[in-house]
Amino acid sequence: MLMKERLEELKEIAVSALSKVLDPQELNDLRVKYLGKKGELTEVLRGMGSLSAEERPVIGQVANEVRGAIEGLITNLQEKFRAEETAQRLAAETIDVTLPGRPMNAGAVHPLNKVIQDIEDIFIGMGYEIAEGPEVENDFYNFEALNLPKNHPARDMQDSFYVTDEILMRTQTSPVQIRTMQAKKGQGPIKIICPGKVFRRDDDDATHSFQFYQMEGLVVDKNIRMSDLKGTLLQFVQQMYGQDTQIRLRPSFFPFTEPSAEVDVTCVTCGGDGCRICKHTGWLEILGSGMVHPEVLRMGGYDPEEYSGFAFGLGIDRIAMLRYGIDDIRHLYTNDLRFLKQFSRI
Amino acid sequence: MRVSYQWLTDYIDLSDLTAEQVADKIRYAGIEIDVVENRNKGVNKVVVGYVETKGKHPDADKLNVCTVNVGEEELLQIVCGAKNVDAGQKVPVALVGAVMPGGMEIKKAKLRGVASHGMICSAKELGLNDKLLPKEQQEGILVLPEATPVGTPIVDVLAIDDHVLELDLTPNRSDCLSMLGAAYEVAAILGREVKLPKADVDAVSSNAQAKDHVEVSITATELCSHYAARYISGVKIGPSPQWMQNRLMAAGVRPINNIVDITNYVMLEYGQPLHAFDADKLAGGKVGVRLANEGEVLVTLDDQERKLEPSMLLITDGENKAIGIAGVMGGANSEVSAETVNIILESAKFDGGSVRKASRSLGLRSEASIRFEKEVNPEAVIPALNRAAALMAECAGGTVAQGIVESVVSMSEPAVVTLSLAKVNRYLGTSLSAEEVKAIFDRLQFAYTEQGDIVTVSVPKRRGDITVDVDLIEEVARLYGYDNIPTTLIEGATTPGGYTKSQKIRRELRQLLTSMGLYEVVNYSFTHPAQNELFGGLTVGSKAVALSMPMSEERSVLRTSIVPSLLENAAYNRNRKTEDVAIFEVANLYSTDEETLTELPSEQPMFGLLLAGNRQSAQWNLKALKYDFYDAKGVLEAIFTYIGVDQQVRYVSDQPQGYHPGRSASIYLGEQRIGAIGQVHPEIQQNKDLDDTYIAEMQLAPLYEAADFKVTYKSLPRFPSVERDIAVVVATEVAVGDMVSAAREEASELLESIQVFDIYMGEKLGAGKKSVAISLVYRNLERTLTDEEVTEVHGKVVSRLEQSFEAELRK
Repeated sequence: MLMKERLEELKEIAVSALSKVLDPQELNDLRVKYLGKKGELTEVLRGMGSLSAEERPVIGQVANEVRGAIEGLITNLQEKFRAEETAQRLAAETIDVTLPGRPMNAGAVHPLNKVIQDIEDIFIGMGYEIAEGPEVENDFYNFEALNLPKNHPARDMQDSFYVTDEILMRTQTSPVQIRTMQAKKGQGPIKIICPGKVFRRDDDDATHSFQFYQMEGLVVDKNIRMSDLKGTLLQFVQQMYGQDTQIRLRPSFFPFTEPSAEVDVTCVTCGGDGCRICKHTGWLEILGSGMVHPEVLRMGGYDPEEYSGFAFGLGIDRIAMLRYGIDDIRHLYTNDLRFLKQFSRI
Repeated sequence: MRVSYQWLTDYIDLSDLTAEQVADKIRYAGIEIDVVENRNKGVNKVVVGYVETKGKHPDADKLNVCTVNVGEEELLQIVCGAKNVDAGQKVPVALVGAVMPGGMEIKKAKLRGVASHGMICSAKELGLNDKLLPKEQQEGILVLPEATPVGTPIVDVLAIDDHVLELDLTPNRSDCLSMLGAAYEVAAILGREVKLPKADVDAVSSNAQAKDHVEVSITATELCSHYAARYISGVKIGPSPQWMQNRLMAAGVRPINNIVDITNYVMLEYGQPLHAFDADKLAGGKVGVRLANEGEVLVTLDDQERKLEPSMLLITDGENKAIGIAGVMGGANSEVSAETVNIILESAKFDGGSVRKASRSLGLRSEASIRFEKEVNPEAVIPALNRAAALMAECAGGTVAQGIVESVVSMSEPAVVTLSLAKVNRYLGTSLSAEEVKAIFDRLQFAYTEQGDIVTVSVPKRRGDITVDVDLIEEVARLYGYDNIPTTLIEGATTPGGYTKSQKIRRELRQLLTSMGLYEVVNYSFTHPAQNELFGGLTVGSKAVALSMPMSEERSVLRTSIVPSLLENAAYNRNRKTEDVAIFEVANLYSTDEETLTELPSEQPMFGLLLAGNRQSAQWNLKALKYDFYDAKGVLEAIFTYIGVDQQVRYVSDQPQGYHPGRSASIYLGEQRIGAIGQVHPEIQQNKDLDDTYIAEMQLAPLYEAADFKVTYKSLPRFPSVERDIAVVVATEVAVGDMVSAAREEASELLESIQVFDIYMGEKLGAGKKSVAISLVYRNLERTLTDEEVTEVHGKVVSRLEQSFEAELRK
């Protein structure tokens, strides 16, 4: 059986040659050499025509086995080489993952506006609207309508920037109370907050700025009670500073509220244990508040016998300074990017 | 107001409470107390000594060797360096073993070889505020009155085992500018009685009649409602008693002599300022109250000549000559001196506003003017006068003439305020009973009558701050305790709340801009007038608003442009080595057309942007990329697209003021010029020491108005698009934006998008030429475009560019 022997010999030679293959090129050459159209296997099989009909299937089977064996080996080797090649390529593509990423410019909302936005979110959630008013204001709205007639000891020429005798830079956001009441024409309910710039004649130092931000709140309706003021402020500070925050009201005086109260909150730094920030009292004074004075309601066009209301005001700068631990109010207005960049996060 | 705890116990029983406890109760009820000061800074083992002898130290010129009797068997030898020490003095002596307030321990010592057994003390060494002492007492040792018993502990002599409560009073509580006012407050808090001081002036009166010595007349009846005087004869001027001096010092008032000290003491006690005139210096024994004349002058007690204004209230003598500025300061011509024998004592009610104005314009604020300014209690005028007269008899050996000489213009009635008990609870959210409310009025010593739900309260004049029912409600609330008021939620109709359209846009803009890497800044609204000249033309009014009394020229006018502030920010940061600056500000600008404002100026919300330095700093894998005009424009385009107005915006290069003429444009929204964008004019850049800086400024109100939030979904295209490029050569001055608009117009609805992807200038094209490459994407939403259709429309675009811009198609 010359043919069968030749086939098996071919297989033996091929297997031996393939076992010594070193690279994909050589493998390809061998594949062509043994299995190609002009390869040795084809060469051997060319003699099939001279075989008898009985021999042909037998030899055919042997030939298939031989082809199968060689092909299998080649496929395995191809796989091996491909895997090696991939590994090599990936190794070559390796980068230094510790190098810095391509920077995306960050940007930041100014800390004062960040605080204002947070407070707005809380009050909008409680059904408040945002009211605004002019920063250059009439004496009437800034003082007189707020129960501070001319010559009142609590209004000091020295403290205000006047433009004319009747027009000044507003010293507080409270005039927006009157403007809002007048706009609502004696109808309730009013629930507003009004953040904004205010101006006072003060020499600038670490805690004073001639320009700063205030936020006013005003609620007017039938049957508004002082207990509602307490409840509202408690709700606000708990959303702002956490559910454990408490408030404490102390009697005070503002010409446009009666009764009036200073409002302390649990110190945001120490949680009430006492620290440097709260001067070891556990409390921080952050709000002024009270029941709207009947004279102010009247000036706003509301009948104090029918309507009552409460108002509160807070200093945005102080809140921002407490929140971020800023030790000098002037940082808020010098716009040093080394300062501003610290606020480019939630 | 400095309230001595010991002094307070004259009027109210505080035996069960410490000064700190009293302070806490006062604070809780509404008066802030800054400090509770212990007047004894740690003085112990210091007693009164009598200097028997004084001799020179053998080896030291400046030292004296004294023998001092401190009430013990042996005399002490003490070396003392004070210049004013002398034999025969009573002095404070710190015994061996004493520790002084400064921490110094007194030991047996040898000073230049001479033994010293103790120390003779100065006021400062005793921890006293020596500014309240006469000069000679400040410089040397403290010399005590002759009658002071030897061996007595100095803390008793000086009454410094005491605490001072520093009341920080709000303007409404001027009633507590007196010890009695403070006593009434504490009494209300504790529910205790107030014991009034003795003022038994009749017991010390002579047969002489005051009216024989003094007449009073008020001409300025508007400003002085009551003027009362007493006549005290035969006083002997000298130091006031130690107890009085101690109390004055506790209150922070400097003792001067018995007469002046008495007026100050009674002022502190009643809150009623008093003035003592030397009766013999007053012409005609007459006292008048009138307004000053034009050009009138008066030398006041501090030896300053004061120019008087016709609005100032004066006290005059029989010759109508000024002898004092009412409520502010007396004149030198009627001053009590060491030789004074007879006194005319004034107690009056001057108008607060008038005193305030006079003291302001003279720059003279005194304990008296502070009290008058806030309106003194008219009920205290007479008691204070009597009390002071009685003390002048007791402490200055005077004889009080019978009767009060007074002129009464009007006596105000006590305020009668009615209050509904139901309103108290409705207003506070409490459920107080009528009994609880009335008990609070009892504690306040407010008289009242009751009829059903209505309580009618007669408010004592000392509480001039209480005029309407809510004032009474506050009294109830604070004495009931704010802590006891419940915490409730608002009842009644709910409100939706939320932002207005412009508020929403403003906030969204802030978010958009910061997400693009810009930092928000907040600048001052005040600026230097020159800054307003640099840019502008965007405000409604033509003029800036100027402050009438600015703090400095730097901050004397309101800004009419945001840009100068932004340039300042850029320069500030550049000076601190932060050269890459990308900032924006949203703020109101102010302007007017009026020369002098008669109405409020226009306030416009404005947006400003500044880009300088690198947009991208050099990285290991990136080259640095500088900001240019198109970065600034890109920011604006993002804004316009975001708020839905991008199709209405045009840029016109019309050289806005302050900008680089070739690198700037005005921004139009429809037909309205709303802003400007471009590089800062190089001269301004140089003045401000800035590199190339790009800015933009625009009005926000028109954008708020035009903003369109509506988003309508368009179905995604189902048919393919065809992309065609054009490259044409045009003259360099041709505006590519115009070419794009023309192309857009020509291609009409088949054009889906258009993009300029290359601009090239070079020698090959020849001078004055540029090549513009534009990519156009065509699409028909209904069906697939045929090649012929695209060729046709694209051909129209090309010929339009050729016709309108003399464009040559590049092959």
